[in-house]
Amino acid sequence: MIELDAAEVTAWSPDPAGGPDRVVRLLGPVTLRLTERRVAVVGANGSGKSTLARLLNGLVLPSAGAVRVDGLDTAADGRAVRQRVGFVFTDPDAQIVMPTPLEDVALSLRRTVPDARERASRALDVLTRFGLAQRAHVSVHALSGGQRQLLALAAVLATEPAVLVCDEPTTLLDLRWRTHVDALLASLAQQVVVVTHDLEAAARAERVLVVDDGQVVADDAPGPALARYRELMGARAAEAVP
Amino acid sequence: MSAGRPQRVPWAGPLGLHRPGTSPVHRAPAGLKLVLLAAVGAVLVVRTGPVVAAVGLLVVIALGVVARTPWRTSTRGLVPVLLTAAALGGYQTWARGAAYGAEVALDLLTLVLAGTLVTTTTRADDLLTVVARAARPLRHVGLPPETVALTVGLFLRTVPVLVRVTGEARDAARARGLERDPRAVVVPAAVRMVGHARTTGDALAARGLGD
Repeated sequence: MIELDAAEVTAWSPDPAGGPDRVVRLLGPVTLRLTERRVAVVGANGSGKSTLARLLNGLVLPSAGAVRVDGLDTAADGRAVRQRVGFVFTDPDAQIVMPTPLEDVALSLRRTVPDARERASRALDVLTRFGLAQRAHVSVHALSGGQRQLLALAAVLATEPAVLVCDEPTTLLDLRWRTHVDALLASLAQQVVVVTHDLEAAARAERVLVVDDGQVVADDAPGPALARYRELMGARAAEAVP
Repeated sequence: MSAGRPQRVPWAGPLGLHRPGTSPVHRAPAGLKLVLLAAVGAVLVVRTGPVVAAVGLLVVIALGVVARTPWRTSTRGLVPVLLTAAALGGYQTWARGAAYGAEVALDLLTLVLAGTLVTTTTRADDLLTVVARAARPLRHVGLPPETVALTVGLFLRTVPVLVRVTGEARDAARARGLERDPRAVVVPAAVRMVGHARTTGDALAARGLGD
């Protein structure tokens, strides 16, 4: 279970007028208990939804308040939290470290599987499960965007985290790969928190959080939450018209 | 864009991908290969003349044949290195004589080929294990060996990313008619590489690889 207890994220920001840097609030305070298996987070660009996602595995630490995963505090037990919470980024290129798919998945297993042969064998099993076994030894550059995102997912899920957080995992994918990745995420046993602009995918979640201007402005079942989001974005679009 | 010709896969740097095999070069321990690579580098740094440099190159080529390295992909990856070696050798020939020019060009080729041979015949996972083992003493100064080993993986990965990002920046500059302005390529490529480094750092942290 993920708990956010009055979690707040602030940052220093330069003063456009040339004065001293100011502290600005990027998110919060947010208080939530996420127990559902499928949670979607929607919001405009720059609204704070990625900051919220990054709080969940300790990539961003709260400036005030606390974030806990199964009772582990992200600030005090960061390493243990990251072992429980996997994170998938929008751009798989930033996440894939090794030259070939097999080696990248093996890298994820280095901590838990000390024997190199066993590691390679387990990595191949993971790639087989994700339909990438035929591409195990090719350059990651030779993979399509969809295959690379699949590999990023495989590398994260190889360590069997209890929770998977995905920050817009399908934004760069075409419809075929988006459908494939969505189906894969839906089939996982893990609790999955997905930040997305894909409202169809968000509608399939059990709970949807709408983030706007650093606040969670709606937290509901998909129907009402997405209706609120559409209303909000409609108002924002009207404001933007000169 | 070249009309009428199939597009090639973008160049991904000189260092080859691991190709599984059973040759003696493949079976040699990763640590031994790294030590020999370092020894070759050390010998070539000491100026020994073009004959020794040529012998070194022939030995590395012979090992490549033993390892059955696919010559077509390897040589294609080495074209930019060949061009660099030719330019360097030409300049040094003009500045310091033919013997020195030949030695510089041969040294560069030998080192890059030897590095390629190591990466094509050794699993990156094994390389990381060796580097992590060698870096154990650094633990006493607060540097985790696994983090040191990870830098090897990052290096292998970053060269092709740099090549791709620069290519994309060059294409973008051409699309804007700025192909003659080096700033139009260098500045966006540098900015993107800094962004890539930051995102990669986040991704490594998210995977728990820096813990």
